[in-house]
Amino acid sequence: MEWLFNIWEFFVSIWDNFYYSVIYDRRYEFILEGLFNTVIIALFAVILGIVIGVCVALVRNYHDKTNKLKILDKIAKLYVNIIRGTPVILQLMIIYYVIFKSVDINIVIVGILAFGINSGAYVSEIIRAGINSIDAGQMEAGYSLGFTYSKVMRYILMPQAIKNILPALGNEFITLLKETSVGAYIGIIELTKASDIIASRTYDYFFPLIIIALIYLVMTLGLSKLVNMMEVKLNNDRD
Amino acid sequence: MIEIKNLYKDFGKKKVLKGIDLTINKGDKIAIIGPSGCGKSTLLRCINMLEKPTKGEVIFNGINLCDKDVELNKIRQKMGMVFQQFNLFSHLSVIDNITLAPIKLGLMSKSKAEKEALRLLKLIDLSDKKNEFPNNLSGGQKQRVAIVRSLILNPDIILFDEPTSALDPEMVKEVTEVMKKIADDGMTMVVVSHEMSFVKEFASRVLFMDDGNIIEQGSSNDIFKHPKSERLKEFLSKIGN
Repeated sequence: MEWLFNIWEFFVSIWDNFYYSVIYDRRYEFILEGLFNTVIIALFAVILGIVIGVCVALVRNYHDKTNKLKILDKIAKLYVNIIRGTPVILQLMIIYYVIFKSVDINIVIVGILAFGINSGAYVSEIIRAGINSIDAGQMEAGYSLGFTYSKVMRYILMPQAIKNILPALGNEFITLLKETSVGAYIGIIELTKASDIIASRTYDYFFPLIIIALIYLVMTLGLSKLVNMMEVKLNNDRD
Repeated sequence: MIEIKNLYKDFGKKKVLKGIDLTINKGDKIAIIGPSGCGKSTLLRCINMLEKPTKGEVIFNGINLCDKDVELNKIRQKMGMVFQQFNLFSHLSVIDNITLAPIKLGLMSKSKAEKEALRLLKLIDLSDKKNEFPNNLSGGQKQRVAIVRSLILNPDIILFDEPTSALDPEMVKEVTEVMKKIADDGMTMVVVSHEMSFVKEFASRVLFMDDGNIIEQGSSNDIFKHPKSERLKEFLSKIGN
C-alpha cells in the first residue's frame, strides 16, 4: 500500500506548492496586478504604435511621391533606424533612467511610451510596405479624378492596403504583448515580474511560471483569433 | 481650350518629349498614333500633370498648369482620364467606383450621384452589374465603367491612354462604341491608340508622333491616305495600312 501513499503525498505536495504560490497571503493579487499592467501597457502601446506608425509611414510615402517634407522624412528614417537597430530593453532603460531620470512619472506610463515608440517604427514599415503593395495605377486614377494626396490615401489606398497589412500587424501586436515582459527589468509589475516576486518568496518557480505562461498563451491565441476574424471579414466585404 | 507650348520631358538622361506644340479646341477628337516609346502616353500624362513636364507650358482654360501654385486637383476634376489598365478601385463596387469622386469631392449629394451613376450605367449597358466588384468584370466591362467614372464629373475633356490595348480583341468594339457615343455628344477627347480602324472612324484630327516630336498632323484622310513624311509612310507600311 506504500505506493498509494506515495501518490497521495505527491498530490499533497503539489497542492501545497500551489497553495503557497497562489493563495497563501493573497499572492494571486500579484498575478492580477501583473496581468492588469501587462494588458494596459500592451493596449496603449499598440494605440501609440499605430498613431506613430501611420504618421511616419505617411510622411515617408508623401516624401517618396512628391519629394516634399525632406527634413521630416530624414527624421522619420532616423527614428526607424535607431529603434530597429537597438534592443528594446536598452530603449526602455534610456527612457526610464535617462530621459525621465529626475521626473516623477508612473512607471507604467514609461512602459507605454517605450513600447509604443518601439512598436511605431515596426508598424510604420508594415504600413509603408502595405501602401507600396498597391498598384501605382490606383493612385493615378485617384489623382486624375481630382482627389488630393490625403483623399487618395484615405479613400483609395488605405482601405486596400489594410487588407494586405493585417496579418503582419497582428504579428507585431502579438510580439509587443510578449515583449512587455521586458518591463520587469526596470521594475514594472507586469506578469513576468509578478511571477518573479512570488517565486522569490516561495523559492518555488513551478506554479508562478506555468501560470503566467498559460495567461500569455491565452492572450496571444485570443489576439491571433481576433486578427483572423478581421481578415475573414475584410475578405468577405470585398470581392 | 488647351494650348501646349514647347513642351519637353526628360526621364533622367532620356529625352522623351522634345518640344511639342499643340492646340486642342473644344469639341476636338484627337487621336495620337506612332510607334511604341515615341512619347504618346507621356504627352497625354503631361496634359493632366501626372508627369511634370521638364520645360514648357500647358495652358488649360487660361491657366498655366506648370505654375507651382496651381491647384491641380481642382483642374483634374475638369479633365478626365481613362487608363490602359482601367485602374478601377478594386475595393469598391461598380456603383461606388463611379460615385466616389462626386460624393467625396463634395460635388453631388449621395442620392444625386447614385441617380446619375445609374443613368450612366444604363448608357453603357451595365445596369445589372452595379453591385459587382471589379474583379468579377471582364476587361471590356471594366473599361466601360472607367469611362463612366470620369464622365460623371462632367469634364471639359477626357484623355484616353491606350484604352483598348489591354483588351481581348472581341472586347475592343464594346469600348470603342462607348467612346464614339461620347464623342457624338460633343465631348472633347484626346486618344492615344493603336486601334487604327477606330482612329480612322473617330478622329477629327490625327497626330503622328515619333521620337518625341509631332511629325505630321491632319485629318485621318490626310494621314492614312496621303502621308507626306517618310517616317509616317514607313510606320503605316509596318502596321499594314
